Amino acid sequence: MTMRSGIRLASIIYAILIYGFIFLPVATLVLFSFQATLFPIPPFTGPSLRRYQAVLSDDRLTSALTNSLFVAVISSAMATLLGFLAAWGFARFRVPASAVLRGLITLPLTVSYLIIGMGLLVLFNGLGFPKSLTAAGIGHVVINLPLCFAILYSQMGEHQANIERAARDLGAREWQVLLLVTAPMLWPALFASFFLSMTFSWDEFVISFLLTRFDTTLPVEIWNLLRSGLNPKTNAIGSLVFLVSIAFVFLFELALFRKPRS
Amino acid sequence: MTPLVQVKNVSQHFGSMCALDDVSLNIAPESYTVLLGPSGSGKTTLLSILGGFLQPSAGQVLIKGEDCTSMAPAKRPTTTVFQDYALFPHMTVGGNVGFGLRMRGVGSAERDKRAQEVLKLVGLPEASGKKPHQLSGGQRQRVALARALVVEPSVLLLDEPLGALDLKLRRQMQEELKAIQKRVGTAFVHVTHDQEEAMALADHCVVMSQGRIEDEGPAERVYSRPSSRFSATFMGESTIFSGRIVARDEIETVFGRWHLTTAATGGTAVSLAIRPEHVVIGTQPLSLGKAAITDVVFQGSFKRVTAKPEKDAAMTLLARLPADSGVQPGDVMDFACDPRHVLVLTR
Repeated sequence: MTMRSGIRLASIIYAILIYGFIFLPVATLVLFSFQATLFPIPPFTGPSLRRYQAVLSDDRLTSALTNSLFVAVISSAMATLLGFLAAWGFARFRVPASAVLRGLITLPLTVSYLIIGMGLLVLFNGLGFPKSLTAAGIGHVVINLPLCFAILYSQMGEHQANIERAARDLGAREWQVLLLVTAPMLWPALFASFFLSMTFSWDEFVISFLLTRFDTTLPVEIWNLLRSGLNPKTNAIGSLVFLVSIAFVFLFELALFRKPRS
Repeated sequence: MTPLVQVKNVSQHFGSMCALDDVSLNIAPESYTVLLGPSGSGKTTLLSILGGFLQPSAGQVLIKGEDCTSMAPAKRPTTTVFQDYALFPHMTVGGNVGFGLRMRGVGSAERDKRAQEVLKLVGLPEASGKKPHQLSGGQRQRVALARALVVEPSVLLLDEPLGALDLKLRRQMQEELKAIQKRVGTAFVHVTHDQEEAMALADHCVVMSQGRIEDEGPAERVYSRPSSRFSATFMGESTIFSGRIVARDEIETVFGRWHLTTAATGGTAVSLAIRPEHVVIGTQPLSLGKAAITDVVFQGSFKRVTAKPEKDAAMTLLARLPADSGVQPGDVMDFACDPRHVLVLTR
């Protein structure tokens, strides 16, 4: 009995250590974003909202925040759309060497963002395509498309193929089948892909750093800020980024794991 | 009467597998046709070819005289009721039923009116605003039927439509299907492996086996005069044993030499089949000799009796005896049948 409760205590302590290890840095970051004095180091002098005020009145940071949202929304929508069409193509038509091609589509998941970013940088240079938010957005489509494809492909089953067949049988053209039947049936998976892409695009740094110049995204702007040393403002903006990421993840979970009404 | 659908020498190969082998079939207007066969007999393949979901490897399909062999499902005057119903889960019942009309550019007021009429026809006048997941299996089946009927197809194709329903509901839906078919006058083509379902529904019964049509015709004829051993065993039960034609209308069997009218010529090996309801206790008119009863199952209106004839212990004699007959397993009795009811099968 004591043996068993000892094991239980040990596993509780272990769990606390693990979750502490993961969340302590974030908790510290959020806590010191409310610091009243100049430096985000102990002792805690807050709470105060002056850092948030400073962030929200900083034009560079707010425009970077808008840019980030803009890039995230557009690139995620593109990645979801392309992933959806690719998944539908592979699931519904006989594609030669289908397994190899599906593997190639998902391959970018395993390549580091640095390599993808450098590759795109070289390519865009060669094409004369300027560094810009658009370039970074294209980079985000490249990294998120495989993910969207994988999620959506896994959700396309034979039962749905029969439902599409029924729609065709009743006179629907192919675009009507996609728009009126396939996409609505896959709403949860489409939302999940979209919000997961948003999460990744939102705090992606390397590709945005390499592919943007004057207008840039929030992670790059934060990095600029950090170069001038520790500042509670970085904590405040970091907390905001974290909050938004949590919101995306929450929406993703809601879309994917929401129990179907019965 | 010119056939509504003509299937001409259709074959279907999947790789080296031959799913349909040179099948020809005519379907009359306003008829109820049942394609009956075990799984793998090609009945569903034939239905898919009629619906346009498969293009046959060879042969032609004509509907109302028009070559439809490679016409897309949407363009054909056919609609299909799928085995899993394939309802649109995100649309209401009204939306499901109105879908075909919407694709044909029918305005929404007219659409709702016609959808409502068909829902009433299938016995679901109240369901229009519900979602498919709120309905029972039988109700979904009706919605699938309504959705396919509302566009007024020339041929309605049903792929094992009652397969997922429990027995009681299945028998009830059978009656309704038949009644609906008579009312709308559309030709129905119905695939099933349930012979009772086939007999209850079919004007025209098509028995299929291994990609071929074994037998076709009115269900009664297929039952009472099957054209082959396969259709005799698949459509109902029978006692089957072999015989040999020794002279004109003379057949040598284990039970002796029988005088039976047949077109088969001398020397041919044939199969003989007797339906259980034609087997009686006694020695007249055509004796089957003594047989030891091995099993008696009381079925309400009759007793289903299995026996081993003394003449050939490897054979199983099936009889349907009156419910009040006092037979017991282990009894040895004389069995007989009427020569008019012995089926002589050359295939």
